[in-house]
Amino acid sequence: MIDALLGLIDSAFLIELSNTMASAPSPEKISAETIAGPYKTELNPATLLDLALLTMLVFVAWQAMKSRHLFAVVMLSGIYSLISAAFFVSLDAVDVAFTEAAVGAGISTVLMLGGMLLTARREKPTPPGRAPVALVIVLAVGAALFYATIDMPAFGDPNSPANKASSVGALYVKQTPDEIAVPNIVTAVLASYRGFDTLGETLVIFTAGIAVILLLGVGSTRGGRGVKDIADAPYKEDHKHHKGEQ
Amino acid sequence: MDHLILRVTAKLLFAPILLFALYVQFHGDYGPGGGFQAGVIFAVSFILHALIFGLDQTQKAMSQRILLVLMVVGIIFYAGTGFATMLLGGNLLGYDALAPNSTHHAGQHWGILLVEFGVGMTVFSTMLTIFYHYAGREPEIDPEDW
Repeated sequence: MIDALLGLIDSAFLIELSNTMASAPSPEKISAETIAGPYKTELNPATLLDLALLTMLVFVAWQAMKSRHLFAVVMLSGIYSLISAAFFVSLDAVDVAFTEAAVGAGISTVLMLGGMLLTARREKPTPPGRAPVALVIVLAVGAALFYATIDMPAFGDPNSPANKASSVGALYVKQTPDEIAVPNIVTAVLASYRGFDTLGETLVIFTAGIAVILLLGVGSTRGGRGVKDIADAPYKEDHKHHKGEQ
Repeated sequence: MDHLILRVTAKLLFAPILLFALYVQFHGDYGPGGGFQAGVIFAVSFILHALIFGLDQTQKAMSQRILLVLMVVGIIFYAGTGFATMLLGGNLLGYDALAPNSTHHAGQHWGILLVEFGVGMTVFSTMLTIFYHYAGREPEIDPEDW
């Protein structure tokens, strides 16, 4: 799950990087002079595919929001990850897609199922009193985000700050064959240029594992058996007792 | 827990999934993939085993003690590569110090390979540890509960 989060943070950068790779071969030819006016993305089959995938994402998210059955919600979240992976492939960010498919659709779904088994099977209905407030907040934030996208450069715009020949992404693309000599530029950035960053990510995952052992696995590293919460049993009896009194 | 088709399929798939994970691990220089993805795929094969044969059987094959060691060894692999480059006179994680006379950056290849191996080990053992601790809290999943 943590890796998925990190993947999301990194994915924005990697998508930018792959865009750079797409427009890298002739950075000198494409300059501000050769393209008059604002850059526009042409409507081609790939764009239609992207739109179809995004529509499916919205649909799956809507269904997951509507459903009260937690098993269905977990499965839908897995499907959501799988469609996002397909969307990343369409954006030429195959490494991110691979991670999303393995972590988001694979491990996260299994862990969510494991977590679901420890709780109820159905979500409790939310009290309706707060719904209008939540709706207003969500609509305001959504409108702000939509307003922000107007300022964003068009997809694949060679003049956008991320795609300029002087940007760090273009620098990596240009220098990897000479400095690292590894065919996969993403690996070169991940393990070599930003190796210290990746060390931190690995430590985050390690910390997550240690935290889970500390919180859930009292002594189970020795016996290998699941440990029941000692505090649970008297509490339940106590609970029943109170119910009986009432 | 007596599903013949599931058991046979899981046994058939177990080794190929491990092999694919190793391919992803050591092919990260050339194609998509690397330590993170390989570690997760490696863990998935054990999770599949646990789902079909039960957690106890899987923990006999891969015990929590081993996982705990692997978690730490993975980190040591990564950080150790960094310190090794420092001891050889380079920067932290400056892999060129591993093979300073190479004309085709062999040091970078070695460094990336070692570091990704450490990442793969830590990710695999951590993912499986988290799964063990979640799944180990319920003795068995009742088929009626699904």
